[in-house]
Amino acid sequence: MHEMGIAMQIVEIAIASIPGDLENARIDRVNLKVGKLAAVVPESLHFCFQIAVQDTPLHHADLHIEEIPVVARCADCHVQWTVREPVFKCGQCSSGSVEIISGRELDIISIEVVDEDTTDAD
Amino acid sequence: MPIDMYKTQRYYHHKDFRKHSHFHAGKGVATEGKKRGAREIKIVRKVLDVNDAIAQQNRDMFAEKDVFVVNVMSSPGSGKTAILEKTLSHIMQDVRSAVIVGDICTSNDADRLAVSGAPVVQVNTDAFGGDCHLAAHVIKTAVDNFNLDEIDLLIIENLGNLVCPAEFDMGENLRVVVLSVTEGEDKPLKYPLMFRVCHAALLNKIDLLPHLDYDRNAAVQNIHKVNPQMPIFEISAKTEEGFDSWIEWLMQKIHG
Ligand SMILES: Nc1nc2c(ncn2[C@@H]2O[C@H](COP(=O)(O)OP(=O)(O)OP(=O)(O)O)[C@@H](O)[C@H]2O)c(=O)[nH]1
Ligand SMILES: [Mg+2]
Ligand SMILES: [Zn+2]
Repeated sequence: MHEMGIAMQIVEIAIASIPGDLENARIDRVNLKVGKLAAVVPESLHFCFQIAVQDTPLHHADLHIEEIPVVARCADCHVQWTVREPVFKCGQCSSGSVEIISGRELDIISIEVVDEDTTDAD
Repeated sequence: MPIDMYKTQRYYHHKDFRKHSHFHAGKGVATEGKKRGAREIKIVRKVLDVNDAIAQQNRDMFAEKDVFVVNVMSSPGSGKTAILEKTLSHIMQDVRSAVIVGDICTSNDADRLAVSGAPVVQVNTDAFGGDCHLAAHVIKTAVDNFNLDEIDLLIIENLGNLVCPAEFDMGENLRVVVLSVTEGEDKPLKYPLMFRVCHAALLNKIDLLPHLDYDRNAAVQNIHKVNPQMPIFEISAKTEEGFDSWIEWLMQKIHG
Protein backbone atom coordinates (compact mmCIF):
# COMPACT_ATOMS: atom_id res chain seq x y z
CA MET A 1 0.00 0.00 0.00
CA HIS A 2 3.00 2.26 0.42
CA GLU A 3 4.84 0.70 -2.52
CA MET A 4 4.91 3.99 -4.42
CA GLY A 5 6.87 5.65 -1.64
CA ILE A 6 9.20 2.66 -1.47
CA ALA A 7 9.70 2.68 -5.24
CA MET A 8 10.63 6.35 -5.14
CA GLN A 9 13.05 5.75 -2.31
CA ILE A 10 14.68 3.00 -4.38
CA VAL A 11 15.02 5.34 -7.36
CA GLU A 12 16.54 7.99 -5.14
CA ILE A 13 19.10 5.64 -3.59
CA ALA A 14 19.99 4.20 -7.02
CA ILE A 15 20.60 7.65 -8.49
CA ALA A 16 22.69 8.68 -5.51
CA SER A 17 24.81 5.55 -6.02
CA ILE A 18 25.88 6.31 -9.60
CA PRO A 19 29.67 6.78 -9.47
CA GLY A 20 30.89 10.30 -10.07
CA ASP A 21 33.08 9.25 -13.01
CA LEU A 22 30.04 8.21 -15.05
CA GLU A 23 28.73 11.46 -16.47
CA ASN A 24 25.87 10.13 -18.51
CA ALA A 25 24.96 7.01 -16.66
CA ARG A 26 21.87 4.94 -17.22
CA ILE A 27 20.80 2.34 -14.70
CA ASP A 28 19.74 -0.92 -16.34
CA ARG A 29 18.90 -2.99 -13.34
CA VAL A 30 18.28 -2.67 -9.63
CA ASN A 31 18.75 -5.74 -7.46
CA LEU A 32 16.59 -5.79 -4.36
CA LYS A 33 16.10 -8.21 -1.47
CA VAL A 34 12.61 -8.33 0.02
CA GLY A 35 11.85 -10.47 3.04
CA LYS A 36 8.58 -12.40 3.04
CA LEU A 37 7.61 -10.63 6.23
CA ALA A 38 8.28 -7.15 4.86
CA ALA A 39 5.14 -5.13 4.30
CA VAL A 40 5.69 -5.01 0.55
CA VAL A 41 3.86 -6.81 -2.24
CA PRO A 42 6.40 -7.52 -5.03
CA GLU A 43 3.85 -7.24 -7.88
CA SER A 44 2.70 -3.92 -6.62
CA LEU A 45 6.29 -2.74 -6.14
CA HIS A 46 7.09 -3.68 -9.76
CA PHE A 47 4.10 -1.69 -10.91
CA CYS A 48 5.03 1.38 -8.88
CA PHE A 49 8.66 1.11 -9.96
CA GLN A 50 7.60 1.45 -13.61
CA ILE A 51 5.98 4.75 -12.73
CA ALA A 52 8.68 6.01 -10.38
CA VAL A 53 11.48 5.58 -12.95
CA GLN A 54 9.91 7.84 -15.55
CA ASP A 55 12.11 10.79 -16.47
CA THR A 56 15.04 9.47 -14.43
CA PRO A 57 18.26 7.66 -15.41
CA LEU A 58 16.40 4.47 -14.46
CA HIS A 59 13.72 4.74 -17.11
CA HIS A 60 14.97 1.53 -18.82
CA ALA A 61 15.78 -0.26 -15.60
CA ASP A 62 14.47 -3.65 -14.55
CA LEU A 63 13.72 -4.27 -10.92
CA HIS A 64 14.93 -7.66 -9.80
CA ILE A 65 13.45 -8.82 -6.50
CA GLU A 66 14.92 -11.71 -4.56
CA GLU A 67 12.41 -12.88 -1.98
CA ILE A 68 13.95 -13.92 1.32
CA PRO A 69 12.25 -16.60 3.42
CA VAL A 70 11.42 -16.03 7.07
CA VAL A 71 13.94 -17.74 9.33
CA ALA A 72 13.46 -17.85 13.10
CA ARG A 73 15.66 -18.96 15.98
CA CYS A 74 14.66 -20.10 19.43
CA ALA A 75 16.23 -17.87 22.07
CA ASP A 76 16.22 -20.78 24.53
CA CYS A 77 17.37 -23.90 22.67
CA HIS A 78 18.85 -22.04 19.66
CA VAL A 79 17.25 -24.27 17.03
CA GLN A 80 16.74 -22.46 13.75
CA TRP A 81 13.98 -23.06 11.19
CA THR A 82 12.21 -21.64 8.16
CA VAL A 83 8.83 -20.18 9.08
CA ARG A 84 6.20 -21.16 6.51
CA GLU A 85 3.11 -20.28 8.52
CA PRO A 86 2.91 -17.26 10.81
CA VAL A 87 3.58 -19.29 13.94
CA PHE A 88 6.51 -18.19 16.06
CA LYS A 89 6.78 -20.92 18.64
CA CYS A 90 9.74 -23.25 18.97
CA GLY A 91 8.88 -26.70 17.58
CA GLN A 92 11.63 -28.31 19.64
CA CYS A 93 11.24 -26.89 23.15
CA SER A 94 7.90 -24.98 22.83
CA SER A 95 9.54 -21.74 23.88
CA GLY A 96 7.73 -18.60 22.85
CA SER A 97 10.91 -16.60 22.89
CA VAL A 98 11.71 -16.56 19.21
CA GLU A 99 13.89 -14.17 17.23
CA ILE A 100 13.46 -13.40 13.56
CA ILE A 101 16.81 -13.98 11.83
CA SER A 102 15.73 -13.03 8.33
CA GLY A 103 12.58 -12.22 6.39
CA ARG A 104 12.25 -8.52 7.16
CA GLU A 105 14.72 -7.35 4.49
CA LEU A 106 13.97 -4.42 2.27
CA ASP A 107 17.48 -3.80 0.95
CA ILE A 108 19.02 -2.53 -2.26
CA ILE A 109 21.89 -4.88 -3.04
CA SER A 110 23.30 -3.40 -6.22
CA ILE A 111 22.65 -1.48 -9.39
CA GLU A 112 23.87 -2.19 -12.90
CA VAL A 113 25.05 0.95 -14.62
CA VAL A 114 25.85 1.72 -18.25
CA ASP A 115 27.68 4.84 -19.37
CA GLU A 116 25.63 6.24 -22.23
CA ASP A 117 28.61 8.15 -23.65
CA THR A 118 30.66 4.97 -24.04
CA THR A 119 27.89 2.99 -25.68
CA ASP A 120 26.95 5.80 -28.05
CA ALA A 121 30.56 6.18 -29.18
CA ASP A 122 30.88 2.50 -30.19
CA MET B 1 -2.95 22.50 13.28
CA PRO B 2 -2.76 20.38 10.12
CA ILE B 3 0.67 19.62 8.77
CA ASP B 4 0.77 18.61 5.15
CA MET B 5 4.21 17.89 3.85
CA TYR B 6 3.87 14.60 2.09
CA LYS B 7 3.20 15.63 -1.44
CA THR B 8 6.29 17.78 -1.85
CA GLN B 9 8.36 15.21 -0.04
CA ARG B 10 7.40 12.46 -2.45
CA TYR B 11 7.85 13.99 -5.82
CA TYR B 12 10.73 16.41 -5.64
CA HIS B 13 13.35 14.32 -7.38
CA HIS B 14 11.40 13.94 -10.60
CA LYS B 15 12.01 17.37 -11.98
CA ASP B 16 15.75 17.11 -11.37
CA PHE B 17 16.17 14.34 -13.89
CA ARG B 18 13.89 15.40 -16.69
CA LYS B 19 16.92 16.12 -18.85
CA HIS B 20 17.58 12.39 -19.23
CA SER B 21 14.31 11.64 -20.98
CA HIS B 22 15.78 11.88 -24.50
CA PHE B 23 17.53 8.53 -23.99
CA HIS B 24 14.36 6.79 -25.05
CA ALA B 25 15.60 6.93 -28.65
CA GLY B 26 17.72 4.15 -30.23
CA LYS B 27 16.50 1.13 -28.29
CA GLY B 28 18.63 -1.37 -30.28
CA VAL B 29 21.84 0.37 -29.43
CA ALA B 30 20.85 0.64 -25.80
CA THR B 31 20.17 -3.09 -25.48
CA GLU B 32 23.50 -3.96 -27.00
CA GLY B 33 25.27 -1.44 -24.79
CA LYS B 34 23.70 -3.02 -21.76
CA LYS B 35 25.73 -6.20 -22.24
CA ARG B 36 28.94 -4.50 -23.25
CA GLY B 37 29.20 -1.65 -20.80
CA ALA B 38 27.12 -2.70 -17.79
CA ARG B 39 28.91 -2.37 -14.50
CA GLU B 40 27.51 -3.70 -11.25
CA ILE B 41 27.81 -1.41 -8.30
CA LYS B 42 27.32 -2.91 -4.87
CA ILE B 43 25.19 -0.83 -2.57
CA VAL B 44 23.68 -3.00 0.20
CA ARG B 45 21.55 -0.36 1.82
CA LYS B 46 18.19 -0.49 3.55
CA VAL B 47 15.54 1.17 1.44
CA LEU B 48 14.09 2.73 4.58
CA ASP B 49 17.38 3.78 6.14
CA VAL B 50 16.48 7.46 5.90
CA ASN B 51 13.35 6.82 7.95
CA ASP B 52 15.32 4.70 10.42
CA ALA B 53 17.92 7.44 10.87
CA ILE B 54 15.28 10.08 11.60
CA ALA B 55 13.51 7.67 13.95
CA GLN B 56 16.75 7.34 15.88
CA GLN B 57 17.07 11.14 16.10
CA ASN B 58 13.50 11.26 17.42
CA ARG B 59 14.30 8.54 19.96
CA ASP B 60 17.33 10.46 21.21
CA MET B 61 15.33 13.67 21.45
CA PHE B 62 12.51 11.96 23.37
CA ALA B 63 15.02 10.35 25.74
CA GLU B 64 16.71 13.68 26.38
CA LYS B 65 13.35 15.33 27.11
CA ASP B 66 12.16 12.36 29.12
CA VAL B 67 9.07 11.83 27.00
CA PHE B 68 7.60 8.34 26.70
CA VAL B 69 6.12 7.68 23.25
CA VAL B 70 3.39 5.18 22.39
CA ASN B 71 2.38 4.27 18.83
CA VAL B 72 -1.20 2.93 18.55
CA MET B 73 -2.12 1.00 15.41
CA SER B 74 -5.13 -0.96 14.10
CA SER B 75 -7.45 -1.49 11.14
CA PRO B 76 -9.78 1.42 10.42
CA GLY B 77 -12.50 1.71 13.04
CA SER B 78 -11.17 -0.74 15.64
CA GLY B 79 -11.51 1.95 18.27
CA LYS B 80 -8.13 3.67 18.55
CA THR B 81 -9.62 7.12 19.10
CA ALA B 82 -12.28 5.83 21.49
CA ILE B 83 -9.66 3.97 23.55
CA LEU B 84 -7.40 7.01 23.65
CA GLU B 85 -10.25 9.30 24.72
CA LYS B 86 -10.96 7.02 27.68
CA THR B 87 -7.30 6.37 28.43
CA LEU B 88 -6.56 10.09 28.54
CA SER B 89 -9.45 10.71 30.90
CA HIS B 90 -7.93 8.13 33.26
CA ILE B 91 -4.35 9.33 33.19
CA MET B 92 -4.43 13.08 32.49
CA GLN B 93 -4.30 14.00 36.19
CA ASP B 94 -1.10 12.00 36.70
CA VAL B 95 0.64 12.08 33.36
CA ARG B 96 1.05 15.17 31.21
CA SER B 97 0.00 13.79 27.84
CA ALA B 98 -0.07 14.98 24.24
CA VAL B 99 -1.36 13.34 21.08
CA ILE B 100 -0.39 13.23 17.42
CA VAL B 101 -3.16 11.81 15.28
CA GLY B 102 -2.79 10.79 11.66
CA ASP B 103 -5.83 11.12 9.49
CA ILE B 104 -6.28 10.97 5.75
CA CYS B 105 -8.40 14.07 5.45
CA THR B 106 -10.71 14.82 8.36
CA SER B 107 -10.11 16.38 11.75
CA ASN B 108 -12.81 14.37 13.58
CA ASP B 109 -10.38 12.31 15.62
CA ALA B 110 -8.36 15.37 16.65
CA ASP B 111 -11.54 17.12 17.80
CA ARG B 112 -12.61 14.09 19.85
CA LEU B 113 -9.20 13.77 21.50
CA ALA B 114 -8.86 17.48 22.25
CA VAL B 115 -11.85 17.20 24.62
CA SER B 116 -9.49 15.54 27.11
CA GLY B 117 -7.55 18.78 27.43
CA ALA B 118 -4.39 17.24 26.02
CA PRO B 119 -2.66 19.18 23.24
CA VAL B 120 -3.43 17.44 19.95
CA VAL B 121 -1.70 17.79 16.60
CA GLN B 122 -3.35 16.33 13.60
CA VAL B 123 -1.26 15.20 10.66
CA ASN B 124 -3.05 15.00 7.36
CA THR B 125 -1.39 12.58 4.99
CA ASP B 126 -1.99 12.59 1.30
CA ALA B 127 -4.32 9.80 0.25
CA PHE B 128 -3.22 10.12 -3.38
CA GLY B 129 0.37 9.08 -2.74
CA GLY B 130 -0.86 5.91 -1.08
CA ASP B 131 0.22 7.21 2.27
CA CYS B 132 -1.11 4.82 4.75
CA HIS B 133 1.15 5.28 7.76
CA LEU B 134 2.98 7.93 9.71
CA ALA B 135 6.73 8.09 9.26
CA ALA B 136 9.59 9.42 11.37
CA HIS B 137 10.01 12.75 9.58
CA VAL B 138 6.30 13.51 10.04
CA ILE B 139 6.62 13.02 13.79
CA LYS B 140 9.80 15.06 13.92
CA THR B 141 7.99 18.02 12.37
CA ALA B 142 4.73 17.55 14.27
CA VAL B 143 6.58 17.55 17.59
CA ASP B 144 7.61 21.18 17.00
CA ASN B 145 4.05 22.06 17.97
CA PHE B 146 4.62 20.90 21.55
CA ASN B 147 6.80 22.02 24.39
CA LEU B 148 8.38 18.67 25.21
CA ASP B 149 9.54 19.97 28.59
CA GLU B 150 5.89 19.99 29.64
CA ILE B 151 5.04 16.52 28.34
CA ASP B 152 5.62 13.10 29.91
CA LEU B 153 3.68 10.99 27.44
CA LEU B 154 3.21 11.37 23.71
CA ILE B 155 0.60 9.13 22.13
CA ILE B 156 0.59 8.67 18.37
CA GLU B 157 -2.61 7.42 16.76
CA ASN B 158 -1.44 5.93 13.48
CA LEU B 159 -3.58 5.59 10.37
CA GLY B 160 -6.07 2.74 10.25
CA ASN B 161 -3.97 0.06 8.56
CA LEU B 162 -2.42 -3.21 9.76
CA VAL B 163 0.25 -3.47 7.07
CA CYS B 164 2.33 -0.38 6.45
CA PRO B 165 2.69 1.22 9.90
CA ALA B 166 4.44 -1.94 11.10
CA GLU B 167 7.34 -1.16 8.80
CA PHE B 168 7.97 2.43 9.88
CA ASP B 169 9.80 3.16 13.09
CA MET B 170 9.09 6.65 14.40
CA GLY B 171 11.28 6.56 17.48
CA GLU B 172 8.54 5.38 19.84
CA ASN B 173 9.12 3.39 23.03
CA LEU B 174 6.01 1.25 22.86
CA ARG B 175 3.77 -0.12 20.12
CA VAL B 176 0.22 -1.25 20.77
CA VAL B 177 -2.12 -2.92 18.29
CA VAL B 178 -5.90 -2.73 18.66
CA LEU B 179 -8.12 -5.51 17.36
CA SER B 180 -11.87 -5.34 17.77
CA VAL B 181 -14.24 -8.27 18.15
CA THR B 182 -16.12 -7.17 15.04
CA GLU B 183 -13.09 -8.12 12.93
CA GLY B 184 -12.04 -11.64 11.95
CA GLU B 185 -10.37 -13.82 14.59
CA ASP B 186 -7.66 -14.62 12.02
CA LYS B 187 -6.41 -11.04 11.63
CA PRO B 188 -3.18 -11.79 13.55
CA LEU B 189 -2.33 -14.59 11.11
CA LYS B 190 -3.02 -12.35 8.14
CA TYR B 191 -0.92 -9.47 9.46
CA PRO B 192 1.85 -11.23 11.41
CA LEU B 193 4.42 -8.43 11.17
CA MET B 194 2.12 -6.03 13.01
CA PHE B 195 1.59 -8.53 15.82
CA ARG B 196 5.33 -9.24 15.96
CA VAL B 197 6.45 -5.63 16.26
CA CYS B 198 3.88 -4.62 18.89
CA HIS B 199 4.35 -4.97 22.64
CA ALA B 200 0.69 -5.48 23.53
CA ALA B 201 -2.66 -6.14 21.91
CA LEU B 202 -5.93 -4.54 22.97
CA LEU B 203 -8.97 -6.66 22.11
CA ASN B 204 -11.64 -3.97 21.97
CA LYS B 205 -15.45 -3.76 21.86
CA ILE B 206 -15.97 -6.74 24.14
CA ASP B 207 -19.29 -5.17 25.20
CA LEU B 208 -20.56 -6.43 21.83
CA LEU B 209 -19.65 -10.09 22.45
CA PRO B 210 -23.16 -11.18 23.53
CA HIS B 211 -24.45 -10.10 20.12
CA LEU B 212 -21.76 -11.80 18.05
CA ASP B 213 -20.54 -15.29 17.15
CA TYR B 214 -17.01 -14.15 17.85
CA ASP B 215 -14.62 -16.86 19.01
CA ARG B 216 -12.61 -14.94 21.58
CA ASN B 217 -10.37 -17.93 22.39
CA ALA B 218 -9.44 -18.33 18.74
CA ALA B 219 -8.49 -14.67 18.56
CA VAL B 220 -6.29 -14.95 21.65
CA GLN B 221 -4.70 -18.16 20.35
CA ASN B 222 -3.96 -16.60 16.99
CA ILE B 223 -2.29 -13.62 18.60
CA HIS B 224 -0.19 -15.98 20.68
CA LYS B 225 0.77 -18.08 17.65
CA VAL B 226 2.35 -15.01 16.11
CA ASN B 227 3.66 -13.56 19.35
CA PRO B 228 3.52 -16.08 22.20
CA GLN B 229 4.54 -13.61 24.89
CA MET B 230 2.24 -10.76 23.95
CA PRO B 231 0.07 -9.34 26.74
CA ILE B 232 -3.57 -9.09 25.64
CA PHE B 233 -6.03 -6.73 27.29
CA GLU B 234 -9.69 -7.40 26.62
CA ILE B 235 -11.45 -4.07 26.89
CA SER B 236 -14.45 -2.01 25.93
CA ALA B 237 -13.91 1.65 25.14
CA LYS B 238 -17.65 2.03 25.58
CA THR B 239 -18.15 0.56 29.06
CA GLU B 240 -14.49 0.85 30.16
CA GLU B 241 -14.50 -2.80 31.13
CA GLY B 242 -10.92 -4.07 31.36
CA PHE B 243 -9.43 -0.58 31.50
CA ASP B 244 -7.92 -0.98 34.96
CA SER B 245 -5.38 -3.59 33.92
CA TRP B 246 -4.62 -1.85 30.62
CA ILE B 247 -3.98 1.47 32.38
CA GLU B 248 -1.96 -0.22 35.10
CA TRP B 249 0.25 -1.93 32.50
CA LEU B 250 0.66 1.32 30.55
CA MET B 251 1.63 3.28 33.67
CA GLN B 252 4.14 0.59 34.55
CA LYS B 253 5.73 0.93 31.12
CA ILE B 254 5.82 4.72 31.38
CA HIS B 255 7.41 4.77 34.82
CA GLY B 256 9.36 1.51 34.54
N1 LIG C 1 -19.72 -0.87 21.10
C1 LIG C 1 -18.50 -0.36 21.04
N2 LIG C 1 -18.19 0.53 20.06
C2 LIG C 1 -16.95 1.04 20.02
C3 LIG C 1 -15.97 0.69 20.97
N3 LIG C 1 -14.82 1.35 20.65
C4 LIG C 1 -15.10 2.11 19.57
N4 LIG C 1 -16.39 1.92 19.18
C5 LIG C 1 -17.06 2.55 18.05
O1 LIG C 1 -16.40 2.12 16.85
C6 LIG C 1 -16.37 3.18 15.89
C7 LIG C 1 -14.95 3.47 15.49
O2 LIG C 1 -14.23 3.92 16.62
P1 LIG C 1 -12.98 4.90 16.51
O3 LIG C 1 -12.50 5.18 17.89
O4 LIG C 1 -13.31 6.06 15.65
O5 LIG C 1 -11.98 3.95 15.74
P2 LIG C 1 -10.54 4.31 15.14
O6 LIG C 1 -9.73 3.07 15.23
O7 LIG C 1 -10.01 5.52 15.79
O8 LIG C 1 -10.91 4.60 13.61
P3 LIG C 1 -9.98 5.30 12.50
O9 LIG C 1 -9.18 6.36 13.18
O10 LIG C 1 -10.94 5.83 11.51
O11 LIG C 1 -9.14 4.19 11.94
C8 LIG C 1 -17.05 4.37 16.56
O12 LIG C 1 -18.38 4.39 16.18
C9 LIG C 1 -16.92 4.05 18.05
O13 LIG C 1 -17.94 4.62 18.82
C10 LIG C 1 -16.33 -0.25 21.99
O14 LIG C 1 -15.53 -0.64 22.85
N5 LIG C 1 -17.59 -0.73 21.95
MG1 LIG D 1 -9.30 7.27 14.95
ZN1 LIG E 1 13.54 -23.96 21.53
